[in-house]
Amino acid sequence: MTGSTASGTMPSGRLRLRLEARDQPGLLTHVAVSLLLLVAALLLAGVVMMVAGGNPLDVYRSMFGAGFGSKWGLNDTLVKMVPLTLASLGVALAFRMKMWNIGAEGQLLMGALAASGIALFAVPPDMPQWLALGLMAAAGAAGGAVWGIVPGWLRAQFGVNEIISTLMLNYVALSIVQFFVYGPWGERGFGLTPMFERNTWLPRLTEFADQWSALRGLTLHLGILAVPVAIVLLTILLNRTKFGFEIAMVGDNPDAARYAGVRLRRTMIIVMALSGALAGMAGMNEVSGVVHRLLEHISPGYGYTAIIVAWLGRFNPLAVAVVAFLFGGLIVGADEIQSAGISSLLQGVILFVMVSGNLLIRYRIRLRAPEMLE
Amino acid sequence: MVEMRDISKRFPGVLANDRVDLDVASGSIHALLGENGAGKSTLMHILSGLYRPDSGTMKVEDRTVSFASPLHAIRAGVGMVHQHFMLVETQTVAENVVLGDRRLGFRMDPAAIRDTVAGLGRESGLEIDPDALIWQLSVGERQRVEIVKMLHRGARLLILDEPTAVLTPQEADTLFDRMRGMAQAGRTLLFISHKLNEVMELAETVTVMRQGRVVDTVPKAQVSHRELVHMMVGSPVLFDVTVPPVQQGRKLLSLRNLRVENDRGQTAVDNLSLDLHQREILGVAGVAGNGQRELAEAITGLRKLQAGTIELDEFDVTGSNQRRMIDLGISWVPQDRQHTGTAPNLSIQENFDLKHYRSARRGPFLDRAGQSRRAAALLAKYRVAAAGRHQPVRLLSGGNLQKVILARELSTELRVLVAESPTRGLDVGAIQTVHELLMEQRSRGVAILLLSEDLQEVLSLSDRVAVIHSGRIMGILPRARAEADTIGMLMAGVVPEDMTT
Ligand SMILES: Nc1ncnc2c1ncn2[C@@H]1O[C@H](COP(=O)(O)OP(=O)(O)O)[C@@H](O)[C@H]1O
Ligand SMILES: [Mg+2]
Repeated sequence: MTGSTASGTMPSGRLRLRLEARDQPGLLTHVAVSLLLLVAALLLAGVVMMVAGGNPLDVYRSMFGAGFGSKWGLNDTLVKMVPLTLASLGVALAFRMKMWNIGAEGQLLMGALAASGIALFAVPPDMPQWLALGLMAAAGAAGGAVWGIVPGWLRAQFGVNEIISTLMLNYVALSIVQFFVYGPWGERGFGLTPMFERNTWLPRLTEFADQWSALRGLTLHLGILAVPVAIVLLTILLNRTKFGFEIAMVGDNPDAARYAGVRLRRTMIIVMALSGALAGMAGMNEVSGVVHRLLEHISPGYGYTAIIVAWLGRFNPLAVAVVAFLFGGLIVGADEIQSAGISSLLQGVILFVMVSGNLLIRYRIRLRAPEMLE
Repeated sequence: MVEMRDISKRFPGVLANDRVDLDVASGSIHALLGENGAGKSTLMHILSGLYRPDSGTMKVEDRTVSFASPLHAIRAGVGMVHQHFMLVETQTVAENVVLGDRRLGFRMDPAAIRDTVAGLGRESGLEIDPDALIWQLSVGERQRVEIVKMLHRGARLLILDEPTAVLTPQEADTLFDRMRGMAQAGRTLLFISHKLNEVMELAETVTVMRQGRVVDTVPKAQVSHRELVHMMVGSPVLFDVTVPPVQQGRKLLSLRNLRVENDRGQTAVDNLSLDLHQREILGVAGVAGNGQRELAEAITGLRKLQAGTIELDEFDVTGSNQRRMIDLGISWVPQDRQHTGTAPNLSIQENFDLKHYRSARRGPFLDRAGQSRRAAALLAKYRVAAAGRHQPVRLLSGGNLQKVILARELSTELRVLVAESPTRGLDVGAIQTVHELLMEQRSRGVAILLLSEDLQEVLSLSDRVAVIHSGRIMGILPRARAEADTIGMLMAGVVPEDMTT
């Protein structure tokens, strides 16, 4: 179409500029808008609770208190934050390239499975702890990576829609975990494996209570260190490396990336591998840092919540971690008031409000140049 | 059937229709012929109510009309099938046909609708399963749905905008049959084309447009191929570019018997051979869609060769991918600036570096300081009008966007430049800049393949002119012998008698 190329030089360019400026507001606007939408979401969910006969203020107060109000609450929130952040960073990485990987849950499970396999069968009780943990982390990352590579390869080679394949692989992963915990690795049909040896446990804060008594009873484990490390590495990867630049190109315009010599298939597969590896590390953290065994319900849906978290953090590593922290508190708070329903309600409403908030902004941009019907 | 008088329509920067008159007789098949950008679609959009003319009057079936929307036009019996179909993918054929039909009111009777649609299909010979979902259909079938939709709404005049552009030759033949059938049944058909052969085959009357004006309307029986070509291309005024005499260098790029397929698996480049020398601009003239795009993509490594070889400086590079071709010094200014040539939301600086980032000697890391320096230098050298190097390129005008692409493609150590319609849609000043840049590269020894639909441009810049038609090279003329008429004939796939010897 001749019209589309000519359009760049038209006065509508001026009109467009004014309207589109909104879609790259500064950091402050971002934060302000997000907070505003968050308040709107809380109000909306509050209305639902009122209709259901609850008192939203009480609910919110006790949830907040539980998640952030005390040392113990913060401890629990941070424990939840670890897997949530890792999985969310994986999702964010893939989403940056417009690979809609919604398979973090399955990748997390496969990571947990692989790490457990190492803990149960490859680690003798006298192996040094650092080595055992290193092996488990590698296995966790590899397990998740495989579960990312499969859909990545299917997409790259045959154009198989990754949304569907990653979603299906979530169920496959769950079935595999179930097979192992009820079958060969299981303990008398309870859906869990025996407890791992001590040298495969990520050290907890409470273990340092001898030196610092304030740490007594705190279950936060060393896996928390993975959070800043992952944020920094991912930020460097995305902003400072050639590969990160290729991800940005593909994410913005795959045709231009191909034109520029980016090997699209390779890039897709690697990104899916990294994305899966991050989720797999989340799984390793859970088995090694929290429950010390593999069980069927190792994840309360971290991989799905990660999609929301990644989205709300606008795929920015640091922002994603902040959102993951808040969501960790949300999960803890919901546990406190004994209602998983409230947690899903809030997550759902927050996502709905945020996404429609974004859509409204974007929709305005489309309202330009009514003459350009072609 | 139709009388359009003195129709003008201005778009910012172009007069798309300039006091156009058009008469179409009832029950005839009328062709609107002209090069790309001649204003054909615009005129038809006016006739079908999509645009309002700036001035002029229209009569349909002897009643003066002024359409505020396509809905008004269809009420008056005028329906248009657009170049891009307007169908809802996830709905059935029958649902699409009745979509937006106000006569139906709110409730629908699915069985009756299906029968009507099937009946219309049988009657017009455009049979199509009313229950099929649109996304399941081929392009040709979708076109049928569009036509049936217009018939269902009572179109007595059916406008088709380049109907064969998306069809296979077989599908096109069938379509022509059906069009003849509809004309015999008393409908009027008005179709847009830039392909001479199909105009000669199908039309009874031909109106030729050029640069927004009607050149003439003639009965097909009284006009030859050659005359039509002349009307289409006119006698182009050459651009004012100085082509400094240079010593042509050695052979740099050699294409032998290339065969390339388009996205639909049809042969788009057919046994094509060309040689390109240092310090030479080889212009490839041709009507859009005759294999230029596929040829460019094949040379630059983006499209697979079905057969043939490519040699760069006596070195076989057949089958190299895009990345390798870039590294070998093949630059490419693609036709589609927004969708191929740039990443719209990335900054000017990043778009400058779309290819160059790889050569930074920093292992896996980007050379960010080098990038900024380079961006600042290029921005100044190519005089890109922008708010700064961090501005996303989607905010740039067409001319400035093209400057960004040229800056990127010309700032490497290039040996071959493939330039596809490098000035399309640009204003005069920008065109001048682009031409100067091409000449500068030519003097530096670069071999340039200039693919352009703009005959004026090809004739002004090229040392030699090759004419492409249906993926084949119809002839190669040195600058001195390259005349618009001869080239126009070749572009239409006709070899003039004085060349056959
Ligand atoms: N919607 C539009 N906005 C701006 N310019 C347009 C628009 N449509 C067409 N043009 C310009 O008008 C001229 C004629 O275009 P068009 O009618 O599409 O030609 P054709 O159909 O003969 O190829 C071209 O220069 C084109 O760029
Ligand atoms: Mg057109």
